[in-house]
Amino acid sequence: MIISARGLRKDFTVTRKVGRFRRERHVVSAVDGVDLTVERGELLGYIGPNGAGKSTTLKMLTGVLYPSAGEVTVCGVEPVAKRTTLAKRIGVVFGQRSQLWWDLPLGESFALLRHIYRVPDTDHAARLTRCTELLGLDEFIHTPVRQLSLGQRMRGELTAALLHGPEVLFLDEPTIGLDVLSKQAVRDFLGELDQRGDTTVVLTTHDLADIEKLCRRLVVIDHGRVVHDGTLDELHTRYRSRRVVVADLDAPWPTDLTLPGAEVTAVEADGHRVTLTLDGIAAGEVVAALARAVPLRDLSVQEPEIEDVIARLYRSEA
Amino acid sequence: MRVPRALIVAGFRRYATYRQATVAGAFTNVVFGFLRCYILLSIAESAGGSMVGYDPTQLVSYVWLGQGMLAVVNSWTMLDLAERVRSGEVVSDLLRPIDPLWTYMWTDLGRGGFAMLTRFLTPLVVGELCFGVYVPDNPLTYPLFLLSVVAALLVGFACRYLIGLCAFWLLDVRGVSMMWVFFSGAASGLYFPLAVLPDWLATALWAVTPFPSLMQASLDIAVERGGLAHGLPAFGAQVVWVVLSLLACRWVQTRAVRRLVVQGG
Repeated sequence: MIISARGLRKDFTVTRKVGRFRRERHVVSAVDGVDLTVERGELLGYIGPNGAGKSTTLKMLTGVLYPSAGEVTVCGVEPVAKRTTLAKRIGVVFGQRSQLWWDLPLGESFALLRHIYRVPDTDHAARLTRCTELLGLDEFIHTPVRQLSLGQRMRGELTAALLHGPEVLFLDEPTIGLDVLSKQAVRDFLGELDQRGDTTVVLTTHDLADIEKLCRRLVVIDHGRVVHDGTLDELHTRYRSRRVVVADLDAPWPTDLTLPGAEVTAVEADGHRVTLTLDGIAAGEVVAALARAVPLRDLSVQEPEIEDVIARLYRSEA
Repeated sequence: MRVPRALIVAGFRRYATYRQATVAGAFTNVVFGFLRCYILLSIAESAGGSMVGYDPTQLVSYVWLGQGMLAVVNSWTMLDLAERVRSGEVVSDLLRPIDPLWTYMWTDLGRGGFAMLTRFLTPLVVGELCFGVYVPDNPLTYPLFLLSVVAALLVGFACRYLIGLCAFWLLDVRGVSMMWVFFSGAASGLYFPLAVLPDWLATALWAVTPFPSLMQASLDIAVERGGLAHGLPAFGAQVVWVVLSLLACRWVQTRAVRRLVVQGG
């Protein structure tokens, strides 16, 4: 495994004013005993509500924050003790922070990073060419970073994080504030990175579409604790997420009709539209039974919303 | 040396992009150069031709070189560090395989190089054209002055870096930086030569503070006040302060990172 954390905890001491002169100190656990293992080449979604401890975990995994307790290794080394050594083997993108030089053109930031990470010319050129093609950097590579749009800057940040060929890429909300096209470009890029399989990616995000499109494995954290570690499908199963069939009918819905494995949740348009919620049964079976019972005009099958299941998970842990 | 060179070039390039600011800064330095020059020359004249051992030509050099060095040492402008700590951006600095102290130091040397070619030379040329500056007798003075300016820049950098590190504890370093701006002006020899102060105070400043290393040492070397007998020990003091202040930066930074709370999630 490339990342291993056992009982990882981070406490912060917070002072609160009580009375005119007195201040009271108390300890808040931002991360409270997280156990996590990530295999080489995995693309892991690490999600949770605001203040759940996602970014704090990432900062401990990258060696920026000292853990209060627990054991952690990334690429086989202890992150805090070997922060500068580890820095050469990982890439980090914080969506709300920049690692680029504000006043310099993007290309010069990349050249500077080549020196800082001591990357051989040929490797640097090959990686830069690939990122330029996939992320369309050509049109703004000579523009000073301060003049880039958020989407352009984020594409620059991703490139900057990958130019030294990291084994692990940590992404903290990389799509935050991006427009649809930029989000798509970032997702496509990460999808391509995942397919190559030579970079492990840990992605934290509030954009659940990122998770749905990219992550096979999902770790959900809340109040500093892991509350789910598995696939998205497993999460749907756990919370009994159900698919929905909406059918437009040529004849009114017979009120006494029942279909096995499906529950009628709405009848609208004078009985000409019916909504059925499926209880684990295949949609095809229900549609076939429906077509036998009433003449169909139109039909749609709606997958369970990831937002719903995640919201239910957050609420249940609150 | 590839990394330092690349960072020095980046620092140079970074400041070279702000041409209008450079012109405006040089113009301001020149205007205040005239004011300071006329004031010090009139004091010298009223005191019988010299002022605490500086003759009028030395005073002219003292003022115009000081106006130039002001931008090179850059005492009045704080490093980005404090703001980056406050905003949490310092995370990116810590995630590079190089100590942020060296990244900032090499970049600041690059900035100083650009300031040397623009902000330093402009007041010097104006001083020479309008008043005539002191020309050193000893050829060794020239390289010693250049080394002394580099040392002054490094002492100034380390002090400003320490102020930036205060942000790890204070978040807002405006109070500390205001105190620094006052002392780095009044106690460094920028406003007046430290020789005008009572002996005990001037001696104390030289002995236990880095402030004379910011300006006074370099300016005395340039105008050959006391010759090499004064210049070499003054440069030696600068070197000691470079080492001490950079060590202090390392020590404080280690403690700062240990108590790091990254702001803003």
